[in-house]
Amino acid sequence: MHHSLSRHRRTALVGIAAVAALLLAGCSGGAQPSQSESTGPVDLRMTVWTADETQLGVFQKIADAYVADNPDKVSSVTFETIPFADYTTTLTTQLAGDNPPDLAWILESYAPQFVASGALVDVKPTLEGTDGYEYDDLLDSSLALWQKDDGLYAYPFSNSPFGVFVNTDQIAAAGQPNPADLVAEGKWTYDAARDIAAAAAKASGKQGLVVRDFDYKVWENLATIWGGWDAEPWSEDGKTCEFTKKPMVDAMTWIHDAIFDDAAMPGPGTTADFFAGESAMTITQISRASALDGSFGWDLVPLPSGPEGQQNVIGQAGIGVFAAGEHPQAAADFLAYFTNPENAETLAAYFPPPRESLLNAETLAAANPKLSEDQLQAVVVDGIQDAETKPSHVEFARLEDTVRASLDALWVPDADVKAVLASTCDAIEPLLAG
Amino acid sequence: MAQTAAIGTGVGRRTSPRRLTAAHRDWIAGYAMTAPVVLGAIVFVVLPLGAVFWYSLHDWNVLANSFVLAGLDNYERMVADPGLRSSLLASLWFSVGLVVLNISLALALAVLLNQKLPGTTAFRTIFFSPVVVSLVAWTIVWGFLLQDDGGINGFLRLLGIDGPNWLRTGPTAMLAVIVVQVFKNVGLNMILFLAALQGVPEDLYEAARLDGAGAWRRFRSITVPLISPTLLLVSILTIVGSLEVFAQIAVLTGGGPGSSTTVLVYYLFQQAFRFNDFGYASAIAVLLFGIVLALTLLQWQTRKRWVFHEN
Repeated sequence: MHHSLSRHRRTALVGIAAVAALLLAGCSGGAQPSQSESTGPVDLRMTVWTADETQLGVFQKIADAYVADNPDKVSSVTFETIPFADYTTTLTTQLAGDNPPDLAWILESYAPQFVASGALVDVKPTLEGTDGYEYDDLLDSSLALWQKDDGLYAYPFSNSPFGVFVNTDQIAAAGQPNPADLVAEGKWTYDAARDIAAAAAKASGKQGLVVRDFDYKVWENLATIWGGWDAEPWSEDGKTCEFTKKPMVDAMTWIHDAIFDDAAMPGPGTTADFFAGESAMTITQISRASALDGSFGWDLVPLPSGPEGQQNVIGQAGIGVFAAGEHPQAAADFLAYFTNPENAETLAAYFPPPRESLLNAETLAAANPKLSEDQLQAVVVDGIQDAETKPSHVEFARLEDTVRASLDALWVPDADVKAVLASTCDAIEPLLAG
Repeated sequence: MAQTAAIGTGVGRRTSPRRLTAAHRDWIAGYAMTAPVVLGAIVFVVLPLGAVFWYSLHDWNVLANSFVLAGLDNYERMVADPGLRSSLLASLWFSVGLVVLNISLALALAVLLNQKLPGTTAFRTIFFSPVVVSLVAWTIVWGFLLQDDGGINGFLRLLGIDGPNWLRTGPTAMLAVIVVQVFKNVGLNMILFLAALQGVPEDLYEAARLDGAGAWRRFRSITVPLISPTLLLVSILTIVGSLEVFAQIAVLTGGGPGSSTTVLVYYLFQQAFRFNDFGYASAIAVLLFGIVLALTLLQWQTRKRWVFHEN
């Protein structure tokens, strides 16, 4: 016998190994979800985007109490922080890697995509069937984005309204009227905000009005301004582009002029952090109040009115249970405990709940020491009523990137607003048509 | 040939293993020593390559948990995809810009710092230091410098120049990304060229000087031919590296403005991790592999015409 393998045999072995590798790889990808429910106590994992130790501490305290009450069902609950900027991408990667969490926060923009895909479990039967849950206390308007047919595919855990934080020191130094006074007089409009911002920016040498996190990329945050013009990027059924409709053209023209003609808003490539005292006003969610350190005088007022009146806008985070998770029923049971009336009141310290009974200034004030009851009533309680959520769509990821690329042409001084918005519609219409 | 050996008093006798010849031992030792690398290559190169090709034949939506055999649909889709064409063009511009700038600057720096002048060691360290800096940290810092109100334009204003908004207009955004990448890696190529330059015999230059050859002629006729193997290595590494650029794009421009800096790898990332279209992304990955392989083979073949004294 020859001491080494013949060339043909070696080639055959390598071939077999390669085929085996391919089959192995093929079988590992796109694996079907594990639907088996463990009978013993299970470990649950929930992904969140907050890294705030206090908030995580509250979550863990609630989870530990649940584990103590249900040692036969759940042995531990782990909260895994994923940075906000990469949140949905990382979540998708975990799904692709066959390692989904049991529960996850989901951003409102991606709600239709997650709900329609079948990735999430219908939690309505579990929530309704849990003693003392008071399902009817949940606001219908808060649930809308997370419903399909008669099911509920995530609990709208956080309903954070957008408001305007005001640096009263900068505005007073510029000799401009106090926005809170304008609110009281019914004169708090986007035009007034633009004029105050431009004057404050000129006087201070800093920036005027900042739409936080927009940064000329996250265009959907401009919905806080469009609302005053009653504009929408696409129709309610998500099939027709509305960037070329008059309300949107007018709103975008106003924004463009505020940036490039009035210098009321920072231009592209310019950073300004309101909470570091670098701008006169910022449009953001009230949860940002925790970043205020008392180094300057500030106030919080509702979003201004536009030509079509005042429109409240909220950002939502839902908590969903993944169908591909290892323990969907145990996760749904935990969700019912995590969001029951008692725990929802505890969590209201940071996340305005969708429960009507808890949406009052007294409850929220107990947990938000930096905000007065008046501010909470005006911005949070009233802000959630009849509020619009930020844009969302079943094809949101593709739309978000396509619109961002198209709108880049708008962010130059001599842009033709109508032409850019027309090209934006041209770019997204195939996506809207499905 | 079986051999036996007596054990103890010879009451029991058992068969000993066949004695290996020197050739056997060499064969086993060779394969044993290369096994970790071969296994590593199989696990981390061959397997993923096979997996990606397998995925590329499927329609795989992670959210919907669908994994359906689609045959060559993803490849047909690539042919008609304007986004892919645009990203290929962006990759071409990036690669051409990076390769030309990186190699010429690295060679110029290496020639300069190969002189026996005071301070050359310090300059070598300065130019090499970005290579060991974290890529993302490096890019974030450059992102701040390149903003409209950033350090670069601040410096230009001191000179009375009104600088552009570097990352917000198509041509300057691509140029900015290329320059950031050149400064990051030029030190590595410079060191490779320096090592090659120091292997060029000084007597060749002496002879050329005696023959009246000027500096440019000496560089063209002695230096370039003698460092041509290093030139080949550097060009292969730089071209392959240029096609794999991702972090700089993600941090600096996000593929914009418009889609001017959406290079092939960033487009692949969008398809897979933003749009959950892993099957199509895998097909793009196969295309990228094909391009890299073809370019490397092309360079390898053309070396016969311009690479001298290969071992």
